[in-house]
Amino acid sequence: MLDNIQSTGKKATRDGFGAGIDAISAENDQVVVLTADLAGSLKIQNFIDNYPERYFQVGIAEANMMGIAAGLANAGKIPYTTTFANFSTGRVYDQIRQSIAYSHKNVKICASHAGLTLGEDGATHQILEDIGMMRMLPGMTVINPCDYHQTKAAAIAIAKHHGPVYLRFGRPGWPMFTEDMPFEIGKALTMAEGTDVSIFATGHMVWQAVEAAKELAKEGISVELINIHTIKPLDEEAVLASARKTGCMVTCEEHNRYGGLGEAIAQVLTANHPTPQEFVAVNDTFGESGKPADLLDKYGLSVVDVVAAAKRAVARK
Amino acid sequence: MADIQKLEQIASQVRRDIIRQVSDAQSGHPGGSLGCTDLIVALYFDAMEHDPSFNMDGKGEDMFYLSNGHISPVWYSVLARSGYFPVSELATFRQINSRLQGHPTTHEGLPGVRTASGSLGQGMSVAIGAALAKRLDNDNHLVYCLMGDGEQEEGQIWEAVMFAAHNKVDNLIAVCDRNNQQIDGSLDEVMDLGDLGKKYAEFGWEVLRMDGNNMAEVVDTLAKAKSMAGQGKPIFIDMKTEMGKGVDYMEGTHKWHGKAPDAELTAKALDQLEETLGDY
Repeated sequence: MLDNIQSTGKKATRDGFGAGIDAISAENDQVVVLTADLAGSLKIQNFIDNYPERYFQVGIAEANMMGIAAGLANAGKIPYTTTFANFSTGRVYDQIRQSIAYSHKNVKICASHAGLTLGEDGATHQILEDIGMMRMLPGMTVINPCDYHQTKAAAIAIAKHHGPVYLRFGRPGWPMFTEDMPFEIGKALTMAEGTDVSIFATGHMVWQAVEAAKELAKEGISVELINIHTIKPLDEEAVLASARKTGCMVTCEEHNRYGGLGEAIAQVLTANHPTPQEFVAVNDTFGESGKPADLLDKYGLSVVDVVAAAKRAVARK
Repeated sequence: MADIQKLEQIASQVRRDIIRQVSDAQSGHPGGSLGCTDLIVALYFDAMEHDPSFNMDGKGEDMFYLSNGHISPVWYSVLARSGYFPVSELATFRQINSRLQGHPTTHEGLPGVRTASGSLGQGMSVAIGAALAKRLDNDNHLVYCLMGDGEQEEGQIWEAVMFAAHNKVDNLIAVCDRNNQQIDGSLDEVMDLGDLGKKYAEFGWEVLRMDGNNMAEVVDTLAKAKSMAGQGKPIFIDMKTEMGKGVDYMEGTHKWHGKAPDAELTAKALDQLEETLGDY
């Protein structure tokens, strides 16, 4: 099963988002798209060309964008807000909290350039706290797809899910490997079954985990690899079933170790089935400028780091 | 033709409701509520086409957004007196298990409220979104938004002001309650807004001014604002009011922004406000 997971080339997850917008906007005329001066970065040019009346350029005014989206949602529209992850969350947390989350608005907050792999722009833009902030909002669905195909599927699926959603994706070209795999909000995707250690990964880190699992297989360590694209609501059954089976856990995310996937899974395990867990995540620091691969290496998110974490987890059983 | 006397009678009852809600809860914001009573009454009982059976999407009707959510007592009273929910429910204001939260919210399903407010500066953006949706749906009804003057200090409002003018959101009528009071003192002391109407005009809005505590003038100005809709510009009404209007000891001070009167002062306030529609 693991050997069947192969990259068919690289495309950015944000390109998958653009493709998803193209598909869902043709299908559902209630979909409207807002941007805060980042239409090109978010890959919505086709939408703008095809549906100019359903496109709203708000300028560099993210707070206003969130409020306008809430108002559009009141009238039954399905607004997708598009900007970078930093400006989709921290900058507008109170607007999201009051006008969208507390008010139960059907707004899709679509956030590109998340995490270290944003690269050269540096820490001002490399948000590593966004999953935590969004997870804490009652009723918010949080999705971090892993490649072009999954991001496309997610961009389509969220229009059919009623309620506020945070959809997180990224900037760089990234291996594509989920083309024929199913996508269902809230349902973990088992990519490989194994017996020695569970690796739960989200976003770009799923590919790192695939490569790590292949390395570990060569050393005789059998990895159960599970893609958690939906961090909230978390597929708790999948977490517990795998933890019971393998007896140890590694979580991988391009996010601060606080507030993200690792913490979400630890909470489930602690309450139900205490299990040794190792965290592959950024260790409570800000990022910096650099090439994505170099940054992943420096901040402990490389394939080598995942392999080492898996061995530590196995040793703790 | 609006019956001004009838609207004034409703306003008197609404002011009683405000005092009684805040007094019973021993919590809430009477000052701004009393100042904005005439506007909210004129909107719901004269200017707006609206359906008290309440549809969240507001299709085929005018919509109202309250951005300065702390003046919830006046809105709750007017919504109840308009038939959105039982008047008796006003007795639950700010109590546990109530739909009448301290600041308005959709969370408990109170009819008439479409988006939570309280954290300031957000309502106009939401109102713009609702107005854009009406444009998309070929619905020529209007969206109204009320803001406070202290609230104009929030940056998001100016993002919204720019957007509405640039995008010709001409089905939006935004009103600012210019009572010139905020929590820490007068706006002159805290953050002088200068000629606010002129600022909106410079941003590209149509600007009207009115005495928000003169019912005939409120009715006339709202009618004029409506007649100016659909002509390429959003409409702003600079509304001068007296905080605490109708209760002598609450007028002319910011002391009653967020403070409840005790039993004695409650009685004194109610003595000044005629019971016209029956207390809840």
